[in-house]
Amino acid sequence: MTMASSAPQDPRRTGRYVYATAVFLLCAWVLGPLYLLFVNTLSSPEAVNSFPKAYVPEFNFESIEFFMEFAGMTSALWNSIKVATLTMIMSILVGAPAGYALSRFEFKGKETFRILILLTRAFPLPLLALPLAVLFIRTGLDDTIFGLALVHTTLAVPFAVLITFSLFSGIPMELEEAAWTLGCNRLTAFIKVVLPLILPGITASAIFAFVISWNEVFAAAVLTIENRTLTAFLLQNLDTSALHLKFAGGFILVVPALIFIFAVRKYLFAMWGIANR
Amino acid sequence: MAEIKIKNVAKNFASYQALNDINLTVSDQEFMVLLGASGCGKTTLLRIIAGLETATQGEVWINDRRVDHLPPKDRGIAMVFQNYAVFPHLTVFENIAFGLRMHNHPSAEITKRVHRTAELMHIERLLKRYSGELSGGQRQRVAVARALAMEPDVILMDEPLSNLDALLRLEMRAELKGVLAESKTTAIYVTHDQVEAMSLADRISVMNQGRIVQASDPVDIYRNPAEKFVAGFIGNPPMNFLVADKRPDGRWTVGGQPYDGPSCAENTLDFAIRPEDVVLAETGIKAKVNVVEPLGAHLLVTCDVNGAQFRATLDSDANIGRGDTIALQPQLDRIRWFNPSNGMRQSLEKNDV
Ligand SMILES: Nc1ncnc2c1ncn2[C@@H]1O[C@H](COP(=O)(O)OP(=O)(O)O)[C@@H](O)[C@H]1O
Ligand SMILES: [Mg+2]
Repeated sequence: MTMASSAPQDPRRTGRYVYATAVFLLCAWVLGPLYLLFVNTLSSPEAVNSFPKAYVPEFNFESIEFFMEFAGMTSALWNSIKVATLTMIMSILVGAPAGYALSRFEFKGKETFRILILLTRAFPLPLLALPLAVLFIRTGLDDTIFGLALVHTTLAVPFAVLITFSLFSGIPMELEEAAWTLGCNRLTAFIKVVLPLILPGITASAIFAFVISWNEVFAAAVLTIENRTLTAFLLQNLDTSALHLKFAGGFILVVPALIFIFAVRKYLFAMWGIANR
Repeated sequence: MAEIKIKNVAKNFASYQALNDINLTVSDQEFMVLLGASGCGKTTLLRIIAGLETATQGEVWINDRRVDHLPPKDRGIAMVFQNYAVFPHLTVFENIAFGLRMHNHPSAEITKRVHRTAELMHIERLLKRYSGELSGGQRQRVAVARALAMEPDVILMDEPLSNLDALLRLEMRAELKGVLAESKTTAIYVTHDQVEAMSLADRISVMNQGRIVQASDPVDIYRNPAEKFVAGFIGNPPMNFLVADKRPDGRWTVGGQPYDGPSCAENTLDFAIRPEDVVLAETGIKAKVNVVEPLGAHLLVTCDVNGAQFRATLDSDANIGRGDTIALQPQLDRIRWFNPSNGMRQSLEKNDV
């Protein structure tokens, strides 16, 4: 025992070092910038603009307060939430049934359909956004929450379809069939057996859709003027703002997404675990 | 009263014909076993009866009611799946209660029935557990309990024991037989294991390549196989076949010995005898011994008769070694004859066995 663990060439030990280093680097990669964002947001404007930088937050809420009172800020935040929620609902309503159909039914062109779903992500958004803007203006959907949510839904749906497809595929057909022999029809079997099993995964892919919409900036900037979402609003205003306001804006953008993802991390891991198969 | 009638059922998967003109009647309270090698269409037939698969043609009748257009829930059946299909999000109690809840039984009745079937299957202690907390054998018991709790007219089982280890399988087999006899349910049971089939069945339907080759009680199947396929499939080791040539006097020459056989137009037939139906004798079919396997109760001797393999189970006191030439005498009333052109059994006119 002692000999083995003190041997200089113990490969397990080397493995542990590599592992620990990798974990540390990855954490630093993610947490470092977040920490700086956090520190600078909660520092007074003077501290942010001076040199050398502080590495502990002063818990000065001046920048945040300024930001929250900034004209249009809260309504942009509110718009973002509305668009993201709408995107979340629509992409699940469209994506989950498509995923179910892909996993449970045999039909002509199934493979083509799957590839087409992926192909929707092959078009760069700028290419789509301008024609869409024109179309939306004609149909009166421009500058509306619904119109933007529609665009975000098209971005999120492929993920929703593929994620729910693999989730449904992970549920043995026999479970549904057993439910049918025990007195269920297709719908009740789905509600009583498939849905409870799939709910965590659905939640995860809904949240994924929410985050896609929350972070999307290009379509939001092109398609909205009055009803800007937070990202579009910040993009428009931060360019010309002072450094401490940029930090505060970034902070406000990042934190809701972080809280959201943290709250559902369990489901996200479940989703990835299944979707990676 | 639950009689099942299957009339002219066929099933095609695209161009592949999985079932071919199946006709079968299972009488009330009968335990019917569908036996056949993997891929012969047993599961497909069971699923057509259950309503999980649609037949390409033919009719399924349960209790004088045509059911092939009905969904599974309206057929009065319950099914036990090969991999159990115990709902992982429900406790054992809720699994067993699932079907009863779907049929809106009052909750006192549900509790009573769940406890009764759980007791029957010896899983009362597991009622609060989830499927993830059960062993394979316990899941199996839950699946059977869930089906029995429905008190169905017909219970369908697809290789329910095939995922259990050998000892457990033996134990569950005996238990299943008792429980099902008790419940007076008509049962159709699918397996590829002939010992399982023999021990459970009132009647066995032997299937081969989408056809039912023979349906009869286990002893009859064993003694009087309707086709050469059945003779070669049932029994371990299976029946021996030797070529029989017709003699001018109408008898048959087998391994140099004359035997009485059927009178028919054919000039050669297949002579068949089970390994345990031959004895060591002074004269008889000459066989050169290739392998001797002492199995305790008897010797399994693998020999060569005119280039054909022949197995005999002989008394373990017999003093036989590799390379010996022995003479084997078949028990005459156990000899069976098959027509080599179509594989059907050739019956003797006098006593049609
Ligand atoms: N859904 C299906 N699509 C195509 N072929 C199938 C399907 N189900 C079964 N088969 C084929 O039908 C044959 C019979 O299958 P099955 O009834 O499962 O056999 P068994 O249960 O006797 O092993 C097999 O050759 C199988 O490949
Ligand atoms: Mg099968």
